[in-house]
Amino acid sequence: MSTSIIKDTHATDSHAHHEHHEPSFLFKYVFSTDHKMISKQFLITGIIMGCFGMGMSLLFRLQLAWPDQAFPILETLLGKWGKDGKIDPNFYMALVTIHGTIMVFYVLTAGLSGTFSNLLIPLQVGARDMASPFMNMLSYWFFFLSSCVLMSSFFAETGPASSGWTVYPPLSALSKAMPGSGLGTTLWLVAIILFIVSALLGGINYITTVLNMRTKGMTMNRLPLTIWAFLLTAILGLLSFPVLLGAGLLLIFDRSFGTSFYLSDIHLNGVGALTNSGGSPVLYQHLFWFLGHPEVYIILMPALGISSEVISTNARKPIFGYTAMVISLIGISFLSFIVWGHHMFITGMNPFLGTMFMYVTLIIAVPSAVKTFNYLATLWRGNIRFTPAMMFAIGLVSFFITGGLTGIYLGNAALDIQMHDSYFVVAHFHLVMGSAAIFGMFAGIYHWFPKMFGKMMNKTLGNLHFWLTFISAYLVFFPMHFMGLAGVPRRYYQFSLIPEFEIWMNVNIFITISAFLGGIAQLLFLYNFFNSIFRGEKATQNPWLSNTLEWSTQVKHIHGNWDGDIPAVYRGPHEYSRPDRELDYFPQHEIGDGEPEHYHAPSTQVDTVFEGKKEKASAVFFSSFAALFMKKA
Amino acid sequence: MSNSSTVSSTSTWAGGRSPFNVSYGKLMMWIFLLSDAFTFSSLLVGYGAIRFSYAGSTTPWPDPATVFNHFPFAHGLHLPLLFVSLMTLILIISSVTMVLAVEAGQRNSKSEVSKYMFLTVLGGAAFLGCQAWEWSQFIHEGGRLDSNLFGFTDAAHEHAKHLKLFDPVHWTAADKIAGPVPFASLFFIVTGFHGFHVLSGVVINIIIWINVMRGTYERRGHYEMVEKVGLYWHFVDLVWVFVFTFYYLI
Repeated sequence: MSTSIIKDTHATDSHAHHEHHEPSFLFKYVFSTDHKMISKQFLITGIIMGCFGMGMSLLFRLQLAWPDQAFPILETLLGKWGKDGKIDPNFYMALVTIHGTIMVFYVLTAGLSGTFSNLLIPLQVGARDMASPFMNMLSYWFFFLSSCVLMSSFFAETGPASSGWTVYPPLSALSKAMPGSGLGTTLWLVAIILFIVSALLGGINYITTVLNMRTKGMTMNRLPLTIWAFLLTAILGLLSFPVLLGAGLLLIFDRSFGTSFYLSDIHLNGVGALTNSGGSPVLYQHLFWFLGHPEVYIILMPALGISSEVISTNARKPIFGYTAMVISLIGISFLSFIVWGHHMFITGMNPFLGTMFMYVTLIIAVPSAVKTFNYLATLWRGNIRFTPAMMFAIGLVSFFITGGLTGIYLGNAALDIQMHDSYFVVAHFHLVMGSAAIFGMFAGIYHWFPKMFGKMMNKTLGNLHFWLTFISAYLVFFPMHFMGLAGVPRRYYQFSLIPEFEIWMNVNIFITISAFLGGIAQLLFLYNFFNSIFRGEKATQNPWLSNTLEWSTQVKHIHGNWDGDIPAVYRGPHEYSRPDRELDYFPQHEIGDGEPEHYHAPSTQVDTVFEGKKEKASAVFFSSFAALFMKKA
Repeated sequence: MSNSSTVSSTSTWAGGRSPFNVSYGKLMMWIFLLSDAFTFSSLLVGYGAIRFSYAGSTTPWPDPATVFNHFPFAHGLHLPLLFVSLMTLILIISSVTMVLAVEAGQRNSKSEVSKYMFLTVLGGAAFLGCQAWEWSQFIHEGGRLDSNLFGFTDAAHEHAKHLKLFDPVHWTAADKIAGPVPFASLFFIVTGFHGFHVLSGVVINIIIWINVMRGTYERRGHYEMVEKVGLYWHFVDLVWVFVFTFYYLI
């Protein structure tokens, strides 16, 4: 019975026949169309990519702390790029570039949003699966392919892309500009285009599922804040990634087919003056940052959504200001599209335009502050349970404040003249989007691990992981503020060659030691994660006594999520500690005493079956653009 | 969960009023089109930025009306934008036939859907053919990704200003100089990216047309797939209207 329901829910087009049979290993674990399995695939790929990204950061931290010292092990590890135990300068640039790319796109976009959107959207809105499970599978495999292409650039003779994670032209547009500008950058671009395809396939699915597949009674204002965050994140990705696609397309033509969209008046050492004319590298920056700034919120918003859920559940209190939280998410999403210029204050843009970008940037502080204060107000006098997930969620709030405050400095066009491209910027974004988002991701993993794997993670190791990571993150990034204010520039290979920066050598060593401490802490996490999958304590159905729908499913994963019918929803997701209830939680799908049996939502139903009488959208579409054409012609 | 009540879940939507009153498949198509609109916008905005950077430059942006003034079998006559207008007309007519196909689908008339789908495919293919001719003409005259021979000397510019419809035009090599490089490369990118969308659309339309003829949708009881590809097809037309406006008319 349950299988026929599943089929009916998302396959009205085809498959009239269906029998339930256990899928083979290949289709259960590899080419799975089940959203829970796809979410695990995203998570584990994301964790592996995260290990690479972290490893790279440790390598270049080693170089920054002891620039003149040889480490023979580096030659063993890196071969020609670690000749005589020293990291090659070009390879150092490649490490910085790929570290950024991996962390921004592969870990904190796909690993975070991909994992939890896939896991939680169908479970929390009450759907059997995603709107299109097949597209969902494609989304993962494009992501996987993209990861492989990116990592394969390490095997290119000239090394991976080295022009920073933003791959600004002309370094990225001229294949002879530096070693990494050759095959490495080509592979980077191919990887990113595959990634964009993956993000679009996923995003279309997430939005459609949230809008169209909610269960009875699950109105938009009863959606858990996670779902709101994932929905808005998907919208951001859907509207900003295509612009990167356009930018990448033009860059590929510049690199490979001789066009000059981003190039003009360039003299290259050893080659002479180039014939390219007419383009502008600033055009690339505009297109890139039109993606790049929303991307920051694509990273951060899922983490904010997760922490809202985790904090409310573990403070045993309704989230403070549910509507304000939703509106602030919407506000952040909207503002994120009109502030990209603050990444380009010193590209020579019109100061008036810079002022405009500065004002809208500073306005983002308002919805962000609403969120922060709502978190604090939710914690206030709550009956707090310090689970590892809760610790990480509170850690997120801490980083969000620390990093957010420096954002107000950097959003200022005048101050940016001094602080751009310095370690101050590095400190700012590593705290506010790096650490905060990764803490949101950890909170999500610890909180929903029982749902994903049916096991509990070790709490002691989790707490130890939290404290080590929390402390080391502050020890790494906090001193960077002072370096940046003193003018230490980012992406420099060897500070010992610049006498003015000698005084920062000891700070660099301190930061590197702290970074290694953070690295060791992640080993604890890896052990805890994989050990718990196999040997963890068995989870109960609702281990955190939470309200949301995902905990009404059984521990063992089944295709279609609910064994019987999908439960209906009667109230919002945060009804904890209601004074009229004996228990301190009140699941969304439970009917309270004296409540009517039926839900209050209007009963209009739309079938997937085609309805002929509906207004002809295409006809409207046509006539409107025909009118437009007439006028112009 | 003894007191939890359940609902029947045989229909996709069970959450009250659907926000857009559409099926998930059609919603997905709309969302995809929204994102694709941003891809085209990025290219057109890039085009605008580069073109504006030539304002007041010593090598002004060529006037499209003097560049695209050819017509097959009318060699040597000044017919500004006539051919591209014909292309636009063909594409818009193919949109009309697509509307008719959707409308026929709503009446479950297999033969009519099939007829109009065929005409739509034909229109799309004709547009692509025209584009191939225009590209080859453009390349023949010196348009390249990395160079552009459509800069006119001042004298030639003055001459072009007074050209009338059907005037014979004979540019000599002395009239032409190297013009703004991005003019040609942007032409290839913008119309090429659009042409790629038309090509995909034609392929998809052919698949749908075959399905219509094989009776796939008749057995299914509705022709929603036709409507979904219709949305895509109209979108591609709409984009062309913008490309036509910004690249040729302005």
